[in-house]
Amino acid sequence: MPDTLEWQTGTFLKEVERRSGTPVSACFQCHKCSTGCPIAPEMDRLSSQVMRMIHLGQEQPLLESESIWLCASCEACTTRCPMQIDIAAVMDSLRMMAVEAKALLPNARGEQFNRSFLQSVSRNGRVFELGMMVAYKLRSRDFFADAEKTGQMLAKGKLSLLPKKSGNAKAVADVFRRAEEEEKKR
Amino acid sequence: MKYAFFPGCSLESTGWDFALSTRAVCRALGIELVEIPEWVCCGSTPAHTTNASLSVALPVMNLQKAKEIGLPVLTACASCYARLRTANHTVLNDPEERGRAERITGKPYDGKVEVRHLLDVLVNDLGVAAVREKVRRSLKGMKVACYYGCLLTRPPNIVAFDNAEHPSCMDQLLTAIGAEPIEWPFKTECCGASLSITNSGIVNRLSYRLLSMARQAGAECLAVACPLCESNLDLRQADATKAHGPIPATPVLYITQLLGLALGLSNSDVGLEALSVTAEPLLAGIEA
Ligand code: SF4
Ligand code: SF4
Repeated sequence: MPDTLEWQTGTFLKEVERRSGTPVSACFQCHKCSTGCPIAPEMDRLSSQVMRMIHLGQEQPLLESESIWLCASCEACTTRCPMQIDIAAVMDSLRMMAVEAKALLPNARGEQFNRSFLQSVSRNGRVFELGMMVAYKLRSRDFFADAEKTGQMLAKGKLSLLPKKSGNAKAVADVFRRAEEEEKKR
Repeated sequence: MKYAFFPGCSLESTGWDFALSTRAVCRALGIELVEIPEWVCCGSTPAHTTNASLSVALPVMNLQKAKEIGLPVLTACASCYARLRTANHTVLNDPEERGRAERITGKPYDGKVEVRHLLDVLVNDLGVAAVREKVRRSLKGMKVACYYGCLLTRPPNIVAFDNAEHPSCMDQLLTAIGAEPIEWPFKTECCGASLSITNSGIVNRLSYRLLSMARQAGAECLAVACPLCESNLDLRQADATKAHGPIPATPVLYITQLLGLALGLSNSDVGLEALSVTAEPLLAGIEA
C-alpha cells in the first residue's frame, strides 16, 4: 500500500466526509477505535486502518473489504475517538458506497440481510421475522444455520407464523419510495 | 406519569417477554403506557446502513404520532431507543435532513418530542426509592451482572442518561430490590447484535466472552435491557459454549423480569417461560 497520496485520489476522502458528515481528515492514527472494536479479530481492515485508507484514496480495496460488513454498529469507536470522528457513520457510508459502486462484496450476507429486513418492513410496516428469515435464506443460500433454533423459537412463541402488520403499512411503503428518491438526489 | 409507548418489532416477537414484563412493571409502579397507535418499525441497523433518509424518516413517523397524542415517548428496546433519539438529533441539528424527513413523511416535525428509555424513567423520574418501597419479595443475595450492551449509553452526545463507559442505572435498580450487582469490565461490550444471523461465529465468540467474564466475576445470571442482547446470550448460549468451552448454564433475564418478580409478580406475569436457559434454579433460593 503506498503511503503517499496521489492527488487524483483525493476525491474519495472528500466524498466519504460529505456523506458521513464527519471529519475523517482529523484522524491521527491513535488506534483507539480499533483497540475497543469487538469485531477487530475478524476484521480484514481495522477501523483505524479504514481511516488511513480513506486518507490515501484506497477506494477499491476498502469498498471490497469484509470489515465494512462486519461492523456491528456498536458505536464504541465513535464514543471514544479523541478527534470526535463518527467512525460508525463512516462504516455506514462505505457500505452504501459499496452497494452503489456494485463493488464485489466478500461478505454479501450483510447486504442480503439488510435487503430482506427492509423488504419485510416496507411490506408490513414492521418486521415479520419468519418471512424475513426465509427471504434472507433464499438470498444467502445459508439454509442450515439455525434450523433447530427456529423450532425452539416457534415453541417459545418468539416467532409468529403471520405478519403483525402495522395499520400504517401503506404509508410506510410510500415512505420507502420517497426515501429512495431523496437518496438519489443527495 | 404517562408516556407514549413504542414497543418496536422485537418486543412483538423474540422479545415478547420483555414487552410483557415492561407493561407489568410499569403497571405495578403506577406508570401509564399508551401504545403509539399504528407504530411502525424504527428501521434498526439495516436502515441506517442502507439509506440515511429512511433511517430518519421511519422513526420520525412514530414521533409525529406521539406528538399527536401529546406525550413523551418511552421505549424499552435499546436499539429502538437509539434510533428514535438519533432521528431527533438529526432533525434538530440539520435543517437539510429535517426538510428531507418532512418531505418523505409528508408532515412537519421539529425534532422535539422527548424520547426516554424505560430505565431512565425508572431511575430519574420515578426514583430508586419508590421502587424500593414497593418490593414484596427481595432478591436478596442474587449476584447479577448488569449488561448494558452498546446502544443504551452510546453515542453519549445522543443518548445521555447514564455514563457511557461505566453506566449504573441497572445496578441501582437491582440494589434497590435486594440483589447484588457485581462489578465487571464488560458492562458495555457489544454482543454482536444482528451479526447473529449473518455471522453467527462472531456472536458465539462475543457471547462466550461475556458469559465467561460474568461468571468469572461471580455472577449467577445477567440482566439485560435489549432483545438482541437477550437472544444472543440466552438462545445462543448453547452454541457459544459448544464452540468455545463449557460454562455453567447462566440465565439471562430482562431487568424488567427481575424487577417484576421483586414487585411480587409471578413467573408467568413476567414471561419467564420464554427463556431458553431456565431461571428456576436461580429463583429457588429466593423466598416467596
Ligand atoms: S480513534 Fe479516532 S483518531 Fe484514533 S485512529 Fe481511530 S479514528 Fe483515528
Ligand atoms: S461501530 Fe463497528 S467499527 Fe466501531 S467499534 Fe463497533 S463494530 Fe467496531
